Amino acid sequence: MSEKELGQKWDRCLADGVIKLGTGLGLGIVFSVVFFKRRTWPITLGSGMGLGMAYANCQTDLRLHYLVPKKQWLIHSNHI
Amino acid sequence: MLRACVRGANSTLRKNYGRTPLNGLQPCRHYTAGESGGGAAKVVTAGLMTVTGGIAGTILYAKWDHKFRETVEKNVPYSDRLLGLALGPAPQETGLSVKKQIELAQPPSMMEKAMKVSKAKQEKKVKETTESPIEVAKPVQPAQSLEEASTEVTHIISAISDVPSVPAPCDTEMTPVKEECKECHNHKVTAETAAVSTEIESVAAAEPLKERPVEEVTARLAQQDLDEQEIVASVSGNLDDSLASSAKATLQAIGAQEAALQAIALHTQKLKEAMEAEVPPQEKSTQWKDLEACLANRAAAVNDAGTALLKANEALDNLKSVIDKSKGRNVPAVRPLVLAAEENLHKMVVDLDKVVNKVKSAESEAKVVSQYSELVNEAKLQFQREVSSLTPEIQANWKGLTGKLSTDDLNALIAHAHRRIDQLNRELAEQRVREQIHIDAALEQQKLEYLKSQEAAVNTSLQHIKEDARLEQERKLSELREVMEAEMRTQLRRQAAAHTDHVQDVLKVQEQELKAEAEQVLSSKLLEQETRQRQLSQEQLDNFTLDMNTAYARLKGVEEAIDSHVVAEEEARKAHQLWLSVEALNYTLKTAEAGSPTKPLEVAAQAVRDSCHDNEFALALASALPEESLQRGVYSEASLRARFYGLRSLVRRVALIDESHNSLYQYFLSYLQSALLFEAKQEAPPTQLSGEDLDPFKLLSYASYCLEHGDLELAAKLVNQLTGEARRVAEDWLNEARLTLETRQVVSLLSAYANAVGLGTTQAP
Repeated sequence: MSEKELGQKWDRCLADGVIKLGTGLGLGIVFSVVFFKRRTWPITLGSGMGLGMAYANCQTDLRLHYLVPKKQWLIHSNHI
Repeated sequence: MLRACVRGANSTLRKNYGRTPLNGLQPCRHYTAGESGGGAAKVVTAGLMTVTGGIAGTILYAKWDHKFRETVEKNVPYSDRLLGLALGPAPQETGLSVKKQIELAQPPSMMEKAMKVSKAKQEKKVKETTESPIEVAKPVQPAQSLEEASTEVTHIISAISDVPSVPAPCDTEMTPVKEECKECHNHKVTAETAAVSTEIESVAAAEPLKERPVEEVTARLAQQDLDEQEIVASVSGNLDDSLASSAKATLQAIGAQEAALQAIALHTQKLKEAMEAEVPPQEKSTQWKDLEACLANRAAAVNDAGTALLKANEALDNLKSVIDKSKGRNVPAVRPLVLAAEENLHKMVVDLDKVVNKVKSAESEAKVVSQYSELVNEAKLQFQREVSSLTPEIQANWKGLTGKLSTDDLNALIAHAHRRIDQLNRELAEQRVREQIHIDAALEQQKLEYLKSQEAAVNTSLQHIKEDARLEQERKLSELREVMEAEMRTQLRRQAAAHTDHVQDVLKVQEQELKAEAEQVLSSKLLEQETRQRQLSQEQLDNFTLDMNTAYARLKGVEEAIDSHVVAEEEARKAHQLWLSVEALNYTLKTAEAGSPTKPLEVAAQAVRDSCHDNEFALALASALPEESLQRGVYSEASLRARFYGLRSLVRRVALIDESHNSLYQYFLSYLQSALLFEAKQEAPPTQLSGEDLDPFKLLSYASYCLEHGDLELAAKLVNQLTGEARRVAEDWLNEARLTLETRQVVSLLSAYANAVGLGTTQAP
């Protein structure tokens, strides 16, 4: 069902976001504790990076249908 | 280019001031205080200068290059107004532009063209005039049209103001052409007149040379003859009449003259007798009485003769006039008559003259005798008077008184007588003396008279001779004419003979030709008749075959009808079967439950296919059922409707998403829109969708309205109008709806077809 697709995408998005955020946060904490003397910025950086990656992935996933691969585009343009 | 300039300006600014121009509007807190306020102004002025420089540069380049101007006008919105203000309107193709050099180049070329055109026209017309000098109108018209052409040319040339008009070559060409035309005209006129005159001459010459038809000729000749005869008859009649009358008159005259002559002769004789004869006195009175009677007679006769002579002269004059008139008629047959009449006239005139001469001589004699008698009478009277004077008592008749006279009287008488005798002797002597003179005078007189009479006689005889000669000439002429006429007649006869021979030959030839023609006509007519005959027989045959064919066709028709009945019954059975199977198919469609599709339609479809294996249309329809419906079945309308409501909310949520707008941010916005936008749950769709109706929310409300009212088709159509992500989301539902619609359509077609076939095959009682 095509109407269920969107919901699935969102689910994936969220899951991905949570994972990435969590991972980023964790890594940030680790790096902050280990290398950067408990400063705040690695944590925010890590979480930001994670969030950002999740956002990008989500966007790409949602856009996927509209992003036509180069080969297909070339074939399509040749056909035209 | 503008951007390049701006970038250049920015780079220069950056270089100069070492800061990004994007932040130029921010207050310059972080930089040295020296250039705080002036920096902004400098930046602003520099920017303005670059902008104005750019605009001026574009304007100048647009002025030089028109294509650039057009591209600028096309691409930059209000540049056409600006460029129009600066440069004037855009250049057009024809000569309203300001660039005069190009314009000046055009008029000479145009003039040349006009000259060439006019020259060509003139040459053509000159050719025409030289080729056709005989026609009347053309020499006049080319001159006129040439004039018109030259004026037109001069107008055209003078209209182009900068070039001086050049009419000279046109004029010089015109005048020789005009002269030529005049000559042509004259030639033509003379030729015409010459032609006309020659025509007339030829016509005139042709007319007498034209051979008149024979009947006309004979008629004319007959007419001529008749006329001649008439004339001749009339003339002869006239002549005869006048001749008769004149002859009568002359005879009468001659008779009268002769009578007069006789009377005169008698009278003179009697007178002589009376003078000389000594007759006894008793008879003397009778003698004198006779004499008087004779005198009276003579007088009467002379009168008669005179009147007769006058009459005769009149008649002769009449005759002469008639003769002249008939001479004037100029008809040859009359001439001999005329000639004869003239001769008669001449003879009569001659006779009349002779008789008149005789009468005149007789009269002259008589005159002499009468004179003598008168003298004697006078003497007698005188004597008597003398005697009476001497002897008054004596009576006149003295001869009877011999006894009564006295001697005195006698003596007196004798003395008187003696005296008288002396006197007479003296007179005699005198007379004798004067005799010779008298005789000479008398001779002279006589000579004169004789001469006169001789002259007269000579004249009359001359006239007579002349007349004779003339008559002789005329007679000879008439004879000659007759001879000539006879000769001409022989020649004409010969010609006529030749003509008849020629005519005979021509007739023979004509006969042959006519015979051939007639035979041809006959043969063609025969052929015609034959073909007509054949045609008629063929027609009859055709009609017969036609009748036979129609009868045969009808028989065939009847047989076919019977066969078709059988066929029709078969068809009816088949149709019933088909209908039954279609009904079964229709029933399976209704077995859909909520949420799940129907049973697969394969079995029913197979049944339908079996029942219509020879009907192509039904087979096609049966095979047009979509595969999905056959294998899996279709959803019912109700399930689709339910599904639609779930779909609707989803579509609302992704209404803004399409190929270009599909970032997460757009998704967020789309969600926001769906939360904030409220549309009608159901809205009746218009008959025609306009542009604003293609909004997804509107479409959804239309579709739900349609679904509520059972119109799945329209709902599917409306949903089909969705675009972008909304469309993608609704794709599956659309497919299902399509399937259902397809299947239903096919089934309904089949049932309709089955119904129709069934109706067609069933027969009304």
